[in-house]
Amino acid sequence: MSDASKEWPLWEVFVRGKGGLSHRHVGSVHAADAKMAVEHARDTYTRRMEGVSLWVVPSAQITASDPGDAAALFEPAEDKIYRHPTFYSIPDHIKHI
Amino acid sequence: MYTTDMTGKKTAQPVAEDPARVAAFEARVANDEFIEPKDWMPEAYRRTLIRQISQHAHSEIVGMLPEGNWITRAPNLRRKAILLAKVQDEGGHGLYLYAAAETLGVSRDEMTEALLSGKAKYSTIFNYPTLTWADIGAIGWLVDGAAIMNQVPLQRTSYGPYARAMVRICKEESFHQRQGYEIMMHLAQGTPEQKRMAQDALDRWWQPSLMMFGPPDDKSPNTEQSMRWRIKRETNDELRQKFVDITVPQAEAIGLKAPDPALKWNEARGHYDFGEVDWDEFWAVVKGDGPVAKERMQARRKAWDDGAWVREAARVHAVKRAAAKLAAE
Repeated sequence: MSDASKEWPLWEVFVRGKGGLSHRHVGSVHAADAKMAVEHARDTYTRRMEGVSLWVVPSAQITASDPGDAAALFEPAEDKIYRHPTFYSIPDHIKHI
Repeated sequence: MYTTDMTGKKTAQPVAEDPARVAAFEARVANDEFIEPKDWMPEAYRRTLIRQISQHAHSEIVGMLPEGNWITRAPNLRRKAILLAKVQDEGGHGLYLYAAAETLGVSRDEMTEALLSGKAKYSTIFNYPTLTWADIGAIGWLVDGAAIMNQVPLQRTSYGPYARAMVRICKEESFHQRQGYEIMMHLAQGTPEQKRMAQDALDRWWQPSLMMFGPPDDKSPNTEQSMRWRIKRETNDELRQKFVDITVPQAEAIGLKAPDPALKWNEARGHYDFGEVDWDEFWAVVKGDGPVAKERMQARRKAWDDGAWVREAARVHAVKRAAAKLAAE
């Protein structure tokens, strides 16, 4: 088995599909540094005009929520349907609302 | 493609796992939910996926070799540019898949070493040589065609990163298949010699392409579990039949003939009947007896070893620069 520290670090790749859209996660690449990560991301993820801009972030720098906490984090939103416009019934003859 | 499990062994049963967790996992998968990297999963599911995805990745990478063989000898600039783009795509597919496998906790180097040591398998198809330019047409049409057949259902596979890699790959494979068929079409319409070349390529690649779907269902012990886990969505024999049904008319349309005397349309079944695949050859190639298996692994090892100093130099340079930057702050 190899020494894991000899491996180039892993970077997460985000692509902006076109102006006006957010960057979206598309995958990851290995690279020795940020400049190389952008080059690898370009070769790996944008061979067919998939984007106009790239972000690369060291994977180790991403903090993710724990799937085990999903209920505690996201379930409270489920019983707050009054946050949605369809919760309120407005008579049909009232316009532009 | 290259998603068929070729170890031929039954996956070991997992060590004691909380039955409630396993049941909840199985229910999520049965409900067609996606499993994501940090979700709990049975160890056997993780191991099976690592094997399947890395085997698929290795196949993409080794698959660059037979086609790379013809880049410098492509008949014209158009064909050369197309072949370069296709081979680059195969490299890209390998990288998407390695990245997907890494989310399961295996490192890129571990996977590379498993390939180079012969521990990991890759698709048997790449252990056959590309003897003429027509082979490049046959590979795109048949091998990538078989790949698409296998991969389209995997876009709905249960493991999220694998499914997403499959979506990207399927979009790109279609170009591969069409450019291959176009090569065959042009050769088949060319001089008698060119047409013979196209037929010869079809003759040699037909059986190996049918083998790409893996052993018959009754010799594929992991199929049932893999289907339940949604990491395989149709059986080997179902896919093989589908491939034959679609490909035979494509061959006929350009005046070529699949090399199988038993091939016959069966009106009652609504499918083509076809002859038995040479499974002895298949298992021999799986075990490393392919005509060019040794050359393939030699080429991969040479690339890996020759690149070692580059990987090391880039790594050390990055570490030095980071240290210098820190000191300057």
